Amino acid sequence: MNSDLFMDTNKIINVKNLIKKFGDFIAVDDISFSVDKGEIFAFLGPNGAGKSTTIKMLTTLLTSNSGDIKINGHNPAIEPDLVRRMFGIVFQDTSLDDELTAWENMEFHGVLYDVPKKLRRERIESLMQFVELWDRKDSLVKEFSGGMKRRLEIARGLLHHPKIIFLDEPTLGLDPQTRNHMWEYLKDLNKKEGTTIFFTTHYMEEADRIADKIAIIDHGKIIASGTSAELKKDTKTESLEDAFLSLTGNVIREESATSVDHMRTNRRMWRK
Amino acid sequence: MKIYILWLRQIKRYLRSKSRILGSLAQPLLFLLAMGYGFGSVFQKAGQGNYINFLAPGIIGMSIIFTSVFTGIEIIWDRQFGFLKEMMVAPMSRLNIMIGRTMGGATVATMQGIIVLMLSMLFGFHPYSFIGVLLTIPVMFLVALLFTALGTMIASLLDDMQGFQLIMNFLIMPLFFLSGALFPLEGLPKVMSIITKLDPLSYGVDAFRYLLINSSHYDIGLDIAVLSIITGFFLLLGGYFFKKIQI
Repeated sequence: MNSDLFMDTNKIINVKNLIKKFGDFIAVDDISFSVDKGEIFAFLGPNGAGKSTTIKMLTTLLTSNSGDIKINGHNPAIEPDLVRRMFGIVFQDTSLDDELTAWENMEFHGVLYDVPKKLRRERIESLMQFVELWDRKDSLVKEFSGGMKRRLEIARGLLHHPKIIFLDEPTLGLDPQTRNHMWEYLKDLNKKEGTTIFFTTHYMEEADRIADKIAIIDHGKIIASGTSAELKKDTKTESLEDAFLSLTGNVIREESATSVDHMRTNRRMWRK
Repeated sequence: MKIYILWLRQIKRYLRSKSRILGSLAQPLLFLLAMGYGFGSVFQKAGQGNYINFLAPGIIGMSIIFTSVFTGIEIIWDRQFGFLKEMMVAPMSRLNIMIGRTMGGATVATMQGIIVLMLSMLFGFHPYSFIGVLLTIPVMFLVALLFTALGTMIASLLDDMQGFQLIMNFLIMPLFFLSGALFPLEGLPKVMSIITKLDPLSYGVDAFRYLLINSSHYDIGLDIAVLSIITGFFLLLGGYFFKKIQI
């Protein structure tokens, strides 16, 4: 192991030989990668490849079986609260409280992250202005469309000025207008504040257009990484989509429905 | 402050769901009226006095156990709708999340208990003294804390709401029916008497009766001691299980 590389202060995320097993199933199989400070990093892979599991380990929601993670020099398993302050996250599914207003969701987040009151109120207003939800601040989140919820979640994820923002399929189900608006803002934030962006997506043209660096994971292993141009060159393909398919094959992956999916089906039955 | 905001969230959610407040009042009221008036004369003839007076503290216990177990189990919904993730990635200990939520849930259940108390007074319940009514409130909170923690434990063991009916029928209903909420604990068959002694709600209902109608089966000191110990134990267990919740 190259220990000098591991100590590199320029690396905000540094993962070494990370392994996660669920029973006999190896979800993440000995992966190593790093993300530079201020980089826009795309983490791609078919369904069930291990993307979400990796993000959960990076964001303190899961512990690994072995391997080493450093987030800005700190291990999420050892110093979870310190690491939690450093990142913001937008999950694949909504994680807002439907029964609270947009503003209350922001306020809740600000309090949990110890943002002082005055600063918190200022930031909430400016972020909500930016995502164009300020005039809806007192509406309950359950009245919002999918796009509005996503915008609110991004605003919320940035409220504590994280050094890294994790976005797990942030543009899923968004129309092109919202998608572009969102990326414009994130790129701007990346340029101005140097916020590192770590995202997953199934839209290859999005990764191609936005990411500085890409890693492709399949069956729990990182099978390729580099810039989009490098990936295309290595696979002798014209587009990132073709490069992705040539690396991961054409077999359609199946994910079993989780209990949460079952519950969503039954959701109506239980409401009220 | 963080615990306070978690607490506040539960209160806001409760006050906003009018249908839930109304819905969870219907059942205790039905019990109070149907049984209270239905068995009233039989109870009187058996020389036990006013049945509504006897029953009301039990019905308060009923509304508290149902509401608090339910608010505890609501963690499953937080998980389902994703909000649990927002809490879990926040820089705050799992134990404090559990404490904030449990406090909030217990406060909601206490408010529900107070509403049932006031309603039952409307329907002919006469508490013994005003001081007793005031002292009942912290005891309600203690009972609510106990069962919210129990609900949290159940929630962390269940994957989804499918198991909810099972819990209702095999745990909550028996806890309620075997607590002496509906009948006096004196002169029960041996087995029944032992079972009621093992039911934590028995001690809650008994404490309510002591404070509200100045009659009790156990000793009030014993009631509070048993409730406190079990609550402490359940909070620890609830905290332990809460840490195990996988998202």
